[in-house]
Amino acid sequence: MTTFDRSTAVVRSDRLYRRRKLLNQAVTGLMVLAVACAVVPLFLIVFYLVKQGVPGMSVHFFTQDPAAPGAPGGGVHNAIIGSAIMVGLGVVIGVPIAIGTGIFLAEFGQNRTGSIVRFTIEVMAGIPSITVGLFVYSIIVLRQHHFSGLAGSVSLAIILIPIVARITEEMLLLVPRSLREASYALGAPRWKTVLHIVLPTALPGIVTGIMLGLSRIAGEAAPLLFTSLGNEFYTSNVRSPMDSLPTRIYTYATGPYDSWHQQAWAMSLLLVAIILVISLAVRALFGSRVTVRQ
Amino acid sequence: MSDVQTGQEEEVARRERAASGRIGAPWASAVETSTPPEATPREVAISARDVSAWYGSKLAVSGITMDIAKHSVTALIGPSGCGKSTYIRCFNRMHEFAPNARVAGTIKVDGDDIYAPGVDPARVRQRIGMVFQKPNPFPTMSIAENVAAGLRFLGIRSKSEIADRVESSLKLAALWEEVKDDLKKPGIALSGGQQQRLCIARTIAVEPEVVLMDEPCSALDPVATLKIEDLMRGLAEHYTIVIVTHNMQQAARVSDQTAFLLMGDDGAGHLIEYRPTQEIFTNPLDKRTEDYITGRFG
Amino acid sequence: MAVTTANKPERPALNLRNRLKPGDWTFVALTGGSALIAIVLIVGLFFELTNQAWASIHHTGIGFLYGTTWDPARATFGAWPFILGTLLTSVFALVFATAIAVLVALFLVEVAPGWLSRPVSYMVELLAAIPSVVYGFWGIFVMGVFIRDHLGPVIVKSLGWIPFFNGTPLITGLFSGCAILTIMILPTVMAVSRDVISAVPRSQREGILALGATRWEMIRIAVLPYARAGVLGASILGLARAVGETLAVTLVIGNSVNIPHNIFAPAYTMASLIANQFPEATGLQQSALIEIALVLLVITFAINVVARLLVWRVTKGQHVVVQE
Repeated sequence: MTTFDRSTAVVRSDRLYRRRKLLNQAVTGLMVLAVACAVVPLFLIVFYLVKQGVPGMSVHFFTQDPAAPGAPGGGVHNAIIGSAIMVGLGVVIGVPIAIGTGIFLAEFGQNRTGSIVRFTIEVMAGIPSITVGLFVYSIIVLRQHHFSGLAGSVSLAIILIPIVARITEEMLLLVPRSLREASYALGAPRWKTVLHIVLPTALPGIVTGIMLGLSRIAGEAAPLLFTSLGNEFYTSNVRSPMDSLPTRIYTYATGPYDSWHQQAWAMSLLLVAIILVISLAVRALFGSRVTVRQ
Repeated sequence: MSDVQTGQEEEVARRERAASGRIGAPWASAVETSTPPEATPREVAISARDVSAWYGSKLAVSGITMDIAKHSVTALIGPSGCGKSTYIRCFNRMHEFAPNARVAGTIKVDGDDIYAPGVDPARVRQRIGMVFQKPNPFPTMSIAENVAAGLRFLGIRSKSEIADRVESSLKLAALWEEVKDDLKKPGIALSGGQQQRLCIARTIAVEPEVVLMDEPCSALDPVATLKIEDLMRGLAEHYTIVIVTHNMQQAARVSDQTAFLLMGDDGAGHLIEYRPTQEIFTNPLDKRTEDYITGRFG
Repeated sequence: MAVTTANKPERPALNLRNRLKPGDWTFVALTGGSALIAIVLIVGLFFELTNQAWASIHHTGIGFLYGTTWDPARATFGAWPFILGTLLTSVFALVFATAIAVLVALFLVEVAPGWLSRPVSYMVELLAAIPSVVYGFWGIFVMGVFIRDHLGPVIVKSLGWIPFFNGTPLITGLFSGCAILTIMILPTVMAVSRDVISAVPRSQREGILALGATRWEMIRIAVLPYARAGVLGASILGLARAVGETLAVTLVIGNSVNIPHNIFAPAYTMASLIANQFPEATGLQQSALIEIALVLLVITFAINVVARLLVWRVTKGQHVVVQE
């Protein structure tokens, strides 16, 4: 057994100590650098969006349909309305299925069947959105022999379902057991308990989920490329091809015209602004209590 | 080996004094028996002067002054919430991790002011170790790796030296016999009491001057508690021990000196009485101490 | 001992079957039906795509996966250049995004005071909300220009002695694809890593700090080993996202069916190929593109499974994280 020589230990650690302190400072510096790397792109994106996008936001941007390629003027009225319609329809189609599935998982899902369904939802969440577009192309567009806003809405709905279903299940499970038991103790049947007690309690969280899912599908372009395709003119008929902000941005981004690029910036700004507003609204209404990991 | 000899002599002398009832100032007992007759302050492990601690605007500890003698076992007792843990966390500068934490007063360890400007808390913690209420071995490390965890900060890299230290620390923590055959087992594979002794071994492996113990046995069963109490004496030969406990019998069993803290009207902990253990339990000077010890409250 | 059986009231058993009453069956039907729709959609998706891809599968066989020539005119469909493109961009993004994300997460949890960590955290999460197509557009006009004019030349100057890094930086190209993906998956990996790192118990940190550790030593010894599995899961989640990213990549990767010979050359990923070629494709080419979608699906699925398992283990299966 060695005798512990304290003096030697102290001297050794003096030389070592300076090295340790230096390393600590170096790592802290690295961390700050990393934060800069993460935050700078955000600032650059926002800066350019505002700088390039604001000039393009005129009245006719919002009210007119696109002009001929390369011709000045025109707007993206068709894309704005088209997006609104398809996102809205996607929500109408997808949310009931999603909430139903979420309720199923929360109430009846603590078994094998539940695991299968939950697994399915996981898989759904991981499917690249372009693949969803291909699927809907195959089952709707091919069969109907034309592109349509309806097909676009269906593909958006499919992307929305796993997002909302997961949140619904989580929010329902967060409702305290005591609440359910109180209802059962009064003799209420299962469905009444869920519908009138549990669901309303979980509703804020579920609405959060819907809004977050909505902001996600509002920005999706890939699934719309082969389903709603796009349309140079305004239409509210979902059975015809429909335009949308994301697809128009895509078209204009790859185009050769400055007027197209300018409008693409403006559309991007509009899209990001809408998404930001939704995100802030969610935070304001329901606190920063819930965030969704995709 | 001479350290051990001195320690034993001290121990014998201490017991004699306790039996004879001849006690002076709280830390004088240690002064009287330490081998070289030196100036009093050198025998003080921790000297606290008017120490107060805050959590933001909330005062938790108020104006505590005390000297803790080297190689003594000092117990801090008092009802829960009276700032005992906060107080000892000021000794190893762990209190400052709490949000908006603040410390006032002077704390000197072996004469060095640990709150002097420019003092690195990490170095203070190499001299004052801590064992926590709930055993916290590192789950991704083996038993040996756990004990050796702090050695790298001292620059101890040679495998043989590390192995030596691991062995002697585990022996002093009364855990060696139980684990010596399988030091590569994960630290969390041990029982609660063994884990706590592992944490003690980890703390003493870096050879601190003082070992702080924050209610080390409160998460353990009585058998495990007794095992740890038994090794206190052995520990005190090498280190100064300060133990926070809410168990008065434990304080009476293991400590030389006992400090009784109580929450005052300002909501902060005050030092009521600090005397040799024997005396404080048989003949408390303050009525509040007497009430606490006889179980009238707390 | 005799037990008297008086007329005790029947205690209802506390099992599920007993709790369901008549109206409940409709309830089960409706919710179960929804769940069934979800299952049908997924199963349907797999079947339909396989069906559509069958012509190509039959035509090219297993050679599809390692063939290097993609020439629809000659009915030759080799997907390797695109698999490689997906691999290169995604792994690059995985490595760099994880490195940056973990450092950022550590900063937010261990270093930054509350008033700083909350806004910074929120800002990085905002990056996740920006649509892919906007990233791509910005990628061409801002990031791509920066790469062509500044970052690219620096890389060529410092690493150009390695053949793969010696090329002419353009606005679009493999490297631009790598860069945009890194930025895009950064927030996801950061957010999960931050949660995992926060979940490391205080007692672990105190244990190593009490021995005199510096902050970095505490992170290295007590935090990272504990958070290892979760961080790994987070980064693989990011990988899954990167693999499926379509439009941002399409806009900046240059779109060439050839295997890129240096890091600045144009390339394709599986998803970007589909996005670019499908609108004009017919017949066998269309089928081949759907086959690529299938390959992509399988890869995405596998990565997701691995990622979920790892993250599950650490955060105990919570996807929605409640934070103050």
